Amino acid sequence: MEGFKTLLYKECLRFWKVGFQTVLSPVLNAVLYLLIFGHVLEDHVQPYPGVSYTAFLVPGLVMMTVLQNAFANSSSSLIQSKITGNIVFVLLPPISYREFYAAYVLAAVLRATLCGIGVLLVSLPLTELHFAAPGWIIAFTLMGGAFLGSLGVIAGIWADKFDQLAAFQNFLIMPLTMLSGVFYSIHSLPAVWQGVSHFNPFFFMIDGFRYGFFGVSDVSPWTSFGVVSVCFVVLAAITLQMLARGYKLRA
Amino acid sequence: MIPAIRIAGVTKRFRSLQALAGVDLEVAQGEFFGLLGPNGAGKTTLISSLAGLARPDSGTLEVMGHDVVKDYRAARLALGVVPQELVFDPFFSVREMLKIQSGYFGIRNNDDWIDEILHHLDLTGKAGANMRMLSGGMKRRALVAQALVHRPPVIVLDEPTAGVDVELRQGLWQFIRKLNQDGHTIVLTTHYLEEAETLCGRIAMLKAGRVVALDTTANLLQRFASHTLRVSLAEPITLAGPLAGKLLRAEGNTLEFGFDAFDEVADLLAGVRTCGGKVMDMVLGKPDMEQVFVGIMNQN
Repeated sequence: MEGFKTLLYKECLRFWKVGFQTVLSPVLNAVLYLLIFGHVLEDHVQPYPGVSYTAFLVPGLVMMTVLQNAFANSSSSLIQSKITGNIVFVLLPPISYREFYAAYVLAAVLRATLCGIGVLLVSLPLTELHFAAPGWIIAFTLMGGAFLGSLGVIAGIWADKFDQLAAFQNFLIMPLTMLSGVFYSIHSLPAVWQGVSHFNPFFFMIDGFRYGFFGVSDVSPWTSFGVVSVCFVVLAAITLQMLARGYKLRA
Repeated sequence: MIPAIRIAGVTKRFRSLQALAGVDLEVAQGEFFGLLGPNGAGKTTLISSLAGLARPDSGTLEVMGHDVVKDYRAARLALGVVPQELVFDPFFSVREMLKIQSGYFGIRNNDDWIDEILHHLDLTGKAGANMRMLSGGMKRRALVAQALVHRPPVIVLDEPTAGVDVELRQGLWQFIRKLNQDGHTIVLTTHYLEEAETLCGRIAMLKAGRVVALDTTANLLQRFASHTLRVSLAEPITLAGPLAGKLLRAEGNTLEFGFDAFDEVADLLAGVRTCGGKVMDMVLGKPDMEQVFVGIMNQN
């Protein structure tokens, strides 16, 4: 257990030491999105009755920040360790593959939550927010962060160079996030695209998370949570299997 | 007594390359053991298999009686590995890195032992420095420190002195010798054969994934090496008779002969004169591990 705790501490210390890059930059990015999109669309779009566009946008941006940073934390830490070779310091000690997985995913969730709280705090003076069901906010933050943290472990282990990781991030994570309803309600889409959105697990994370603020969502939060939970369990099983086999880590 | 390391029938293949082709080896507790071989002989693969960084296709490996797969926690607790590559984590200082490494092995509040290691490795003044700021030699010593944080009874050093200057190398060996005297088992791989000869009580030589020699250093030197007489001649000569059989090496006008007893030197010089050679310079050499190494590698 001490090995797990130390690996978790090390992973948190790692991102904290470069906090400008890992926490403050994502918060600034999200706030810029909020200011620009809010300014342009505030008077033209009202996704839910009684909810301004800027208020609608905040939970989407918070969740987007959570998801992207959870992925970035585990994936970048692993690929850096692999490329510089210092991954041996984690592979030589008596740390089980389950402890390894738990430490990387939990550190990803912690960074993601910190970034999400940052975006939320900066957004508070800019719009009027409600917290209709805080339990869902917490549940989707943790589950979404764990899902992307796990995906980051897979990507970090699979990628042999930064270019491959960038491809994973730019051609998979980014489109899935952007097309998940961060900036719009899927009810504003044509029927076919509404249907397509239901195959995107990121949509359920953001929709369920948004329910926690407004008590309104495109899909029931229970359905969203169910979908996200099943996706996480499948992904966790795949990741654990990779780690147990030592895929690309133990020759 | 349980051997410090027991390796039985270990094979490992990387695609078309048979890295280990059935290695059997035992290292007793308290030994200073050398693992030698040319590049690609399988030394690092064997060490990686012992440390759990590689998974053998067949065979078993044990550290202090603990199977490295089935009982990996106990095996890894008993083993400290200094990797060959000069790797480090650029996010942390030397002390942070050692504290983290201690935690990985389940040890909290390890500061006293960390201070002692830093002192012995002459790194006390660099404890607060980021790993990136250290010279190559210091990084190498920091790697040794990392391998020792959990006081492992068995320490494996994979080419620890590659790229380290003479002074640092001597300091490092002094410390490693002390650890050995304190009861730690040391396994060393190195390309500096004189280091292996000086330090190791027993040596195994690997070639193409097999152990081709395994004996005490003294026995290997006795069996495979001889004293040498190296003579530089004014002109090249053609050797005849028993003299030709004593020749180990010829480079231009320089000839190297092997002999077992010093009274043979006079005969060798007389033979050279008989063949018309005029000796300009000569050097006597003791049996050394290089001769052993070359002899065994050529035999196999």
